[in-house]
Amino acid sequence: MKIGIKINGKWHENDVEPRLLLVHYLRDVASLTGTHIGCESSLCGACTVLLNGDAVKSCTVLAVQADGAEVTTIEGLARDGNLHPLQQGFWEEHGLQCGFCTPGMIMSACQLLARNPHPSRGEIREGIEGNLCRCTGYQHIVKAVEWAAEHSGK
Amino acid sequence: MIPESFEYHVPKTVDEAARMAAEFADDGKVLAGGHSLIPMMKLRLASPKHLIDLGRVEGLKYIREADGKIEIGALTTHFQAEYATLLKEKCPLLPETARAIGDVQVRNKGTIGGSLAHADPAADWPAAALALDAELKTVSTSGERWIPVSEFFVDLLTTSMNPGEILTAIRFPALPVRSGDAYAKHAHPASGFAVVGVAARVTLDEKGIVEKARVGVTGVSSKAYRASSVEAAITGKAPSSKNLDTASLHAVDGIDLNGDLYASAEYRGHLAKVYTARALALAVERAGGK
Ligand SMILES: Cc1cc2nc3c(=O)[nH]c(=O)nc-3n(C[C@H](O)[C@H](O)[C@H](O)COP(=O)(O)OP(=O)(O)OC[C@H]3O[C@@H](n4cnc5c(N)ncnc54)[C@H](O)[C@@H]3O)c2cc1C
Ligand code: FES
Ligand code: FES
Repeated sequence: MKIGIKINGKWHENDVEPRLLLVHYLRDVASLTGTHIGCESSLCGACTVLLNGDAVKSCTVLAVQADGAEVTTIEGLARDGNLHPLQQGFWEEHGLQCGFCTPGMIMSACQLLARNPHPSRGEIREGIEGNLCRCTGYQHIVKAVEWAAEHSGK
Repeated sequence: MIPESFEYHVPKTVDEAARMAAEFADDGKVLAGGHSLIPMMKLRLASPKHLIDLGRVEGLKYIREADGKIEIGALTTHFQAEYATLLKEKCPLLPETARAIGDVQVRNKGTIGGSLAHADPAADWPAAALALDAELKTVSTSGERWIPVSEFFVDLLTTSMNPGEILTAIRFPALPVRSGDAYAKHAHPASGFAVVGVAARVTLDEKGIVEKARVGVTGVSSKAYRASSVEAAITGKAPSSKNLDTASLHAVDGIDLNGDLYASAEYRGHLAKVYTARALALAVERAGGK
């Protein structure tokens, strides 16, 4: 089936099998490997992207469902060579260790800050409840999101 | 973890979707948010030959008030129900239930209609639908009908919808005066699904006595149910914590309890009583009672 998806501002058009998952489309067809595959079973959040602005687990969405939609992946956050405040926040506050969960964490945090620009620590933990990290213990991730909230729009 | 091949159909209207659902009644499935069906297709527990995506059907995503009732389109996401101002004001059990589901990403995609149609024994919406005496509207090529929720859940993953029927809307009575809603859930620590979930709506009379109580229970058996013996035991009584606790002891009367690695049948039964008492107490407090 022919589909078109606007990924990070650029249209991609391809003929795909209906059973192709969005995460495989992003990684294998559009060659955007920043979005990771962790559990493949809707639980870990590593594959989180924004679909028309909503954070979704792209291992649980068919590429054909995203036909005509806008998708933002981790590759789409930096502007003119400047890191997005969330990316910068993860850098400043050591929000990652191995980095496997990080793209998904950042996309979920993006969703959170879009809906709630000044979240409390509790609200940040709720905002990333669908994302698992095996390394950090979350504390530094929460601080990284706080950093981003403080530095956004400056 | 790749589903088997299927043909993908994208109806634009309910009529078109109903025609497709009739045509592929034997080997097709409709797709809503996909957050139960796609995982099952990836595990090949479901392998439909035809997938009818309701995602582009117009007019199935709405929350509105009509004739003193709240009507929600089947394709409304858990997220939309969680944040809807109308629901917070008029039917607070629904946002409280929505918020208890899965995580942010799941709530962004999963739909209320998909959850009810799926009838997972550990899903949250069935408890709320039962506690509120909801009515479910279905459409098929032979017309439309409203199914009372008491006749909707049949068994594990089984409802009284016929093959080819599509769930299009769910109707709930708004919160009456002197009434309170509450949802109390013990979530499975890994999956987030309900080990036990109890939804309650309590109405007090002018003297503060329980005039009406409705209790929906999910998670504990092969299908969600209304705890009628709890309702009967508390109706006409003062909502003291002693009376609420005593009534809650009937939460699993006549119910065949599920047990699994996380919670034995006995423990689930215990949890159901504790969470029924909690839901009732919170509903009474919100109704303005002590
Ligand atoms: C990680 C994870 C955690 C979750 N946690 C919870 C939780 O805590 N609590 C909870 O309640 N749920 C939970 N869920 C399930 C989630 O809420 C699903 O979204 C929901 O159960 C199904 O809704 P859907 O719109 O995704 O339906 P789909 O997956 O699209 O469909 C489910 C089934 O219903 C049928 N169907 C769907 N819509 C209709 C319709 N309108 N008419 C007729 N048939 C229809 C489909 O054919 C399919 O058989 C979780 C899911 C995941 C992936
Ligand atoms: S890879 Fe999608 S949720 Fe884990
Ligand atoms: S940094 Fe390793 S999983 Fe999160």
